[in-house]
Amino acid sequence: MSTALATDRSVSTHKHPPARPQKQRRTSVLGTAALMLGALYCLTPVAWVVIAATKSRDDLFDTLTFMPGTSLFENIHDLTTYRGGMFWEWTANTAFYAGAGAFLSAVLSGLTGYTLAKYRFRGRNVIFNILLAGVLVPAVTLAIPQYLLMAKVGLTDSYWSVLLPSIVSPYGMYLARIYAAAAIPDSLIEAARTDGASDVRIFSMIALPIMRPGLVTVFLFQFVAIWNNFLLAFVMLSDDHKFPLTVGLYTLLRQGNTTPALYTLVITGSLLSILPLAALFLTLQRYWRIDLLSGATKG
Amino acid sequence: MSVDATPAGRSRKRTAPNLVPYVFLAPAVVLFTLVLLVPIGYTAYLSFRKVKVSGLGLGKGSRKEIFAGLDNYQATFTDPELWAGALRVLGYGAILLPAMLLSALLFALLLDAPRTRFARFGRIAIFLPYAVPSVVASLLWGFLYLPAVSPLHYVLERFGVEGPDLLGQGSIVGALANIGVWGGVGFNMIVIYTSLRAIPRELFESARIDGCSEWQIAWRIKIPLVTPALIMTTVFSLIATLQVFTEPTTLAPMTNSLSSTWTPLMKIYRDAFVRNDLYSAAATSIVIAGITLILSFGFLRAVQNRAFGSEDQ
Repeated sequence: MSTALATDRSVSTHKHPPARPQKQRRTSVLGTAALMLGALYCLTPVAWVVIAATKSRDDLFDTLTFMPGTSLFENIHDLTTYRGGMFWEWTANTAFYAGAGAFLSAVLSGLTGYTLAKYRFRGRNVIFNILLAGVLVPAVTLAIPQYLLMAKVGLTDSYWSVLLPSIVSPYGMYLARIYAAAAIPDSLIEAARTDGASDVRIFSMIALPIMRPGLVTVFLFQFVAIWNNFLLAFVMLSDDHKFPLTVGLYTLLRQGNTTPALYTLVITGSLLSILPLAALFLTLQRYWRIDLLSGATKG
Repeated sequence: MSVDATPAGRSRKRTAPNLVPYVFLAPAVVLFTLVLLVPIGYTAYLSFRKVKVSGLGLGKGSRKEIFAGLDNYQATFTDPELWAGALRVLGYGAILLPAMLLSALLFALLLDAPRTRFARFGRIAIFLPYAVPSVVASLLWGFLYLPAVSPLHYVLERFGVEGPDLLGQGSIVGALANIGVWGGVGFNMIVIYTSLRAIPRELFESARIDGCSEWQIAWRIKIPLVTPALIMTTVFSLIATLQVFTEPTTLAPMTNSLSSTWTPLMKIYRDAFVRNDLYSAAATSIVIAGITLILSFGFLRAVQNRAFGSEDQ
């Protein structure tokens, strides 16, 4: 039960390391070097795309890999005018799928997790175990079955076909249940009941505000998962006006095979598609409570 | 832990079951059924069907869906292309999983070690690829593998050596595994690191006073205590590995080494959408989902279900 409570400490230690007894230890050269090597490995492709996006079509294949060019704004302009602003349509679609999907997913997870944690009723364990099994069902393998069903009801190639499957996150429900069990005191719910508050009111006015930090985490994880998802939209959609960025960039790359001029657009688009998530990461660092994920396993 | 569903004021015997929890769970149950259970059921149904063509197969009524028994499954299990794909995924996973998880563990331990410098920078830099969609990750690495763009080839050419074909038959598995490692190491590192931070610091202090080196502390105290996190990261990585689709699909336009049936999931996609053979695609989906479940459940069982124990047992 110490899960969510222990987290605050582990989060705060990121920023303020506890005072160490011996003032400053010797630096471990080998350890630091290994860590920096890892950082270099992870940053290299990102650095490459930042530089490559500044190169013109001709420079891309002709100049030194890490030599910046001067065509960044030209490339962005080309990308913006490509097929009447198609790239920005993809961006808007992705923002919609990820924003709406993650929001609905967090609300649904919150309600479900709260109910599973705070009510006792017949069938509770059965429902919880089925949800838990859902965590292990390979989500990607589901995309084709989901397509078959959507095709049956004529929903393929619609916004719903991508949005609906994105809302259900068994893992989000699982996390929300753990968070609700740890963070909401039973006495609070009982006190509210005694005061005559309805179940809906207790959930929306008491439970939801308490669960907010946990649900923000669920929202962020789901947001990234939907933003980065490829297969679901790839399978469901054929109208390129409904594509998310991932599928759009993929189709551009495939055409680039025959029209190398498109490579510059693909590279510039890749850079622009990473920026929103990278910004989300750096600004909302304190909400990235992955400790929920690992804390959940401590039993 | 849980509150009785009956309002606290009424403590006499329950007369009717409280409907509130069922109403609250209804949206989740309905959606879960719609996007998980029904598709799985429908796919299972399709996997036992096939189309029978009578006459020339032209005109209405000449194509009829009939019960196929285990025909589709037999075709799936005896399909050499599928087995070849499964074998390639096995090789891919054999490189990806140990490389990714061991380096995630190593970086997490380094972040947690008191003598490592620039830990904050390292943590953010290594976590950054998590923000990059796997389509974009494959695209970036794909360009970095191309001889015309790759810095590796640039350097080698300066020394008069011809660079290796990183997208060739021999190295494509490694090239793909590298994309997987790059995309996954940071996330797994953070999961393990957070779990490390939750260990009481006093434990390390007393070990240090007893003369343990940092490596001994890591090996004897830290790693055993983060085992649940290691189990969880392994299971999720295993599931993701078995379904690999995006990376080879994205790289395929850049190389001839990736066929349209390179992984089992790619073959399902090809069967369903290029060949319009939903029935064998359905059977193959069921087989792959089953194998994935058996492997992940089997792994969890093997490590005594420590990762998913429900918290109020």
